[in-house]
Amino acid sequence: MGSRASTLLREEEIEEIKKETGFSHSQITRLYSRFTSLDKGENGTLSREDFQRIPELAINPLGDRIINAFFPEGEDQVNFRGFMRTLAHFRPIEDNEKNKDPTASEPLNSRTNKLLFAFRLYDLDRDDKISRDELLQVLRMMVGVNISDEQLGSIADRTIQEADQNGDNSISFNEFIKVLEKVDVEQKMSIRFLH
Amino acid sequence: MLPLGLMLLLLPAAPSAAATDLPGSGAPLRAELGASTPVPGSPSASALLLQPGAEYSPSGLALARSAEVLVSTGEEEEGQQHHNHGGGYRVVQWEWSYVQTPYIIAIWLLVASVAKILFHFSQRFTTVVPESCMLILLGLVLGGVVLIANKKQLYQLEPALFFLFLLPTIVGDAGYFMPARLFFDNLGAILLYAVVGTLWNAFCTGFCLYGVKLLGVIDERVQADLMDFLLFGALISAVDPVAVLAVFEEVHVNDMLFIIVFGESLLNDAVTVVLYKVYISFVEVGPGNVQTADYFKGVASFLIVSIGGTLVGLVFAVILGFITRFTKKVRIIEPLFVFLLVYLAYLTAELFSLSAILSMTFCGIGANKYVEANISQKSRTTVKYTMKTLASIAETIIFIFLGISAVDKSKWAWDTGLVSCTLIFIFIFRAVGVIGQTWILNRFRLVPLDKIDQVVMSYGGLRGAVAFALVVLLDGEQVRAKDYFVATTIVVIFFTVMFQGLTIKPLVKWLKVPRSTSRKPTINEEIHERAFDHILTAVEDIAGLQGYHHWRDKWEQFDKNYLSKLLLRKSVYRKSELWEAYQKINIRDAISVIDQGGNVLTSARLSLPSMASRTSFPEVTNVTNYLRENGSGVCLDLQVIDNVPGAKVEEDTETHHVLAGNLYKPRRRYQSHYSRHFMPVGEKERQDREVFQRNMRSRMETFKSTRHKRHKKERSQKKRRGSDTKEEGNDKPRRNVSWQDKDPVVVPIDSEEDKGEHSDPEKEEDVGITFVAHNTETPKQRPKSVPAGLDGCQSPSNQLPWKGGVGSLPPCVSVEATKIIPVDLQQAWNQSISSLESISSPPVPAEPVHPRVSALSRLGGPRPASYTPTGSSAGSTSSIAAHVAQGSVTFHFPEKEEEDEEGGGVSEQQQEMQPLMSSLRPPGPPPPPPASAFGSGRRRNPCVYLRSLVTVPPPGSEMYTRGPTQL
Repeated sequence: MGSRASTLLREEEIEEIKKETGFSHSQITRLYSRFTSLDKGENGTLSREDFQRIPELAINPLGDRIINAFFPEGEDQVNFRGFMRTLAHFRPIEDNEKNKDPTASEPLNSRTNKLLFAFRLYDLDRDDKISRDELLQVLRMMVGVNISDEQLGSIADRTIQEADQNGDNSISFNEFIKVLEKVDVEQKMSIRFLH
Repeated sequence: MLPLGLMLLLLPAAPSAAATDLPGSGAPLRAELGASTPVPGSPSASALLLQPGAEYSPSGLALARSAEVLVSTGEEEEGQQHHNHGGGYRVVQWEWSYVQTPYIIAIWLLVASVAKILFHFSQRFTTVVPESCMLILLGLVLGGVVLIANKKQLYQLEPALFFLFLLPTIVGDAGYFMPARLFFDNLGAILLYAVVGTLWNAFCTGFCLYGVKLLGVIDERVQADLMDFLLFGALISAVDPVAVLAVFEEVHVNDMLFIIVFGESLLNDAVTVVLYKVYISFVEVGPGNVQTADYFKGVASFLIVSIGGTLVGLVFAVILGFITRFTKKVRIIEPLFVFLLVYLAYLTAELFSLSAILSMTFCGIGANKYVEANISQKSRTTVKYTMKTLASIAETIIFIFLGISAVDKSKWAWDTGLVSCTLIFIFIFRAVGVIGQTWILNRFRLVPLDKIDQVVMSYGGLRGAVAFALVVLLDGEQVRAKDYFVATTIVVIFFTVMFQGLTIKPLVKWLKVPRSTSRKPTINEEIHERAFDHILTAVEDIAGLQGYHHWRDKWEQFDKNYLSKLLLRKSVYRKSELWEAYQKINIRDAISVIDQGGNVLTSARLSLPSMASRTSFPEVTNVTNYLRENGSGVCLDLQVIDNVPGAKVEEDTETHHVLAGNLYKPRRRYQSHYSRHFMPVGEKERQDREVFQRNMRSRMETFKSTRHKRHKKERSQKKRRGSDTKEEGNDKPRRNVSWQDKDPVVVPIDSEEDKGEHSDPEKEEDVGITFVAHNTETPKQRPKSVPAGLDGCQSPSNQLPWKGGVGSLPPCVSVEATKIIPVDLQQAWNQSISSLESISSPPVPAEPVHPRVSALSRLGGPRPASYTPTGSSAGSTSSIAAHVAQGSVTFHFPEKEEEDEEGGGVSEQQQEMQPLMSSLRPPGPPPPPPASAFGSGRRRNPCVYLRSLVTVPPPGSEMYTRGPTQL
């Protein structure tokens, strides 16, 4: 698989992905082989079914939301480029990236982008607000059936109340950032991709 | 008290002063005692000391020496008393010799404790000066007083006392309450620092001291060669757990930093022990006679000592877990088992000269989960407080005695060169070692240790009592420079504990090291961090990475399948592990709320939600009792939630609690912090199942064609109409229709809830209230009385299924079902039912199944019914499977086909049943034989439980809370 992966991936493509996502060469080839192994249709793109075949995702409460996050709005397929772009959100922030000149565009794995990724999981209708219903849906996904709807509702109310600053009874992205400002998002939204 | 204590302490040591001051016969005696040199006590005396020493008097040995002295001269005392007072009966007798040993021990403990109180009088003072420093200073003062009075130091930190009593109390506490998740998350770093770091320190310090000696910096009088210096390097290089704990606890650096330094100090014990023993044997045989094989033996010895120690600890952890399984009737001695076995783990490792600290640490870490689950809440509290008390007092005594021991001219042999070189070397090599190892580690760590962390880690390399005890244990004959080493060790300990301990706080502040925050996470953080964890888990799965989490998962499986089964109480494992865990969390939360000034009502409320939701498990008596007992409580619960909107804190706590308990845990979180890490074993399974079902369902929803959606809409409209007419006969077949027209997609149970959630949120809102109302009813009467039974069965048919189901069924269902079906059958039942569901896979699976099955059940009485449906439902399963296979998804007249299938296929009973079924056929407008036709209570019951069984998930998950969502 590995050899096939590397042969199918052109060098210039790798370079572009490297520039865009910050992954290293070996990480890209490794993830490409993962990509091709997921790609049962062997057409160079992944469909939702391809993701859904991953057994662990089926038991992940947020599995489907996360799968959806891989697909650009209105599309059913994601190519390797898009795949990597999404994964890049979870690359740990390295030291030398912290002091990058501010004029450069923000890297995908910045704190804001990590938070935005999480925010989008809640924000189904993409109006840049987490409404009470949207929050309730996610809560219901993450929570066992043991919590009654009142309890869940009061949790949602409390959550929104805590985060809401402008009184619109929903959480905007800015409020989302604000409410999580004490959380070590850089660490808690990063995984270690093997070198 | 303090002066009195001091006086008593000094009694044996200050003969001349005492002689004049003290009245009566005591004074001359004491004079004699003080004058007599310490001699080894009689066996009886030491036995007396050791017996009670194990559990309650860590300082037993500390005073052994003085006590022995006193006891050995006891006879003279008796004689003198006689002489002074003459014969005859005395009203008041001076029985010092009788009580002196425990008396002195008690006084010592008192002095130590009072000293602690005094230190903490001044808030400003204690924030600057660590307690350990003050204790050492106090020890120095006390030692000075003794020395001045006696010209000779009577007390010192005895290695035997230290290793057998003082150290285990501290290590036991540390191990048992070790945050396991944090520890294992950082295990790689800890091991590296503990093994490689300690070896590096030991060798470098030893060699360099030898080099310096050759250069002549160290005085000629220090008669030591390479082996002696290596030995000294080995014992001086190990970071000390007691000192680290004492100092770092006050500094409050962040958890990760603390666990790395502290974990290192615990795990380096194996290295220290082995190096120490190897060098001692080398010194004994003489460096010339050491053969190459001996070095390999040393390496082998390291492996044996460390791995063996760990294994001993784990074995005792298993034993401890196993024993606490059976203490239900003797709750009162539960804590004792914990102390004894953890202590035995230590002693056993010592017995085989393995690493005792490793053994005890791993015994604590390993057993904690199971013990905490098995023992009662009160025992948990007892264990916690006793351990903390013992550890605290042991630590106090260690530092005081370190101070006292320092004031002893006979042991001191000062050499400035040696002392200063040692200080410089251990500091340099610690820093170099940390930097080097961190450089390696950071290539692998997700969270790199930055420079500030490294500084703190280097600076936090405190040496302590372990080193002192080891150096005192050296044989002066073999190691001729022992006195120099002792003096140097004391200086090193004082320097690290006092100077570094004093300055590390400002340093940490100055470097802006992230502190640990005791701040409780807000609701948002709580929720979103959970979401983060789920996201990360999913991303890791997508990226195909199998790292730490992979093995963690494997361990979880092993734990669930074997260990927990063996070590957890059956009640805990099968059912109330959920319940116990909840109770535990509840009570802890409640306690903390009260501690923080909340009121009792809050705490009562806290424990109730879980009671309501946890009562459901199929253990009949408990369920019934809980329902009965807590019915009113449940009401209170919701009222409180609804009616007391104020008190932000309370709300926080409440929500926090509910969330913490009920949020799905991502794989990596299953075994998190020790307080929460008790993850009920069935929980994972249940969670996986629920989530799986939900995901599958939502996927299916997405894939459904618009045609399908239209049908659904129609159907639901029909249902509404049906419910309006309130004709059950109409309703039931309809639901059969709805069942039949589904795509054969694998969607297991639970869909009602989803439906309610997405399409009907506002209806779901009031469900909880209904739920409570029914919950409060006495469940026992229900099944018996016919109307109630009817109600329980039919109300869902009267209303929208998701609504009615949630509202009315649960109590009836759970009670009934569990009563009628034998446990062994239940499982078979559940399996067949769930297979049925998974094959039929409608979004409304429970409903269609139930009328059929209940119809089936009517054929037999209650008791046989529990049997026959097993077969017949399996039969229907196959028929449904046939449906699915043929893809014969007819919409409006499925009933016929089904009958055909069944009639052609399966059992006699089903054929008998056909008339019933046909009478329920959807198109047939009037519903002649609704359920009421069969509605005797006796016949109803099977219906009830069958229905509930349909909804019963496989063992390990809950019935009560799931049931309603489906029916």
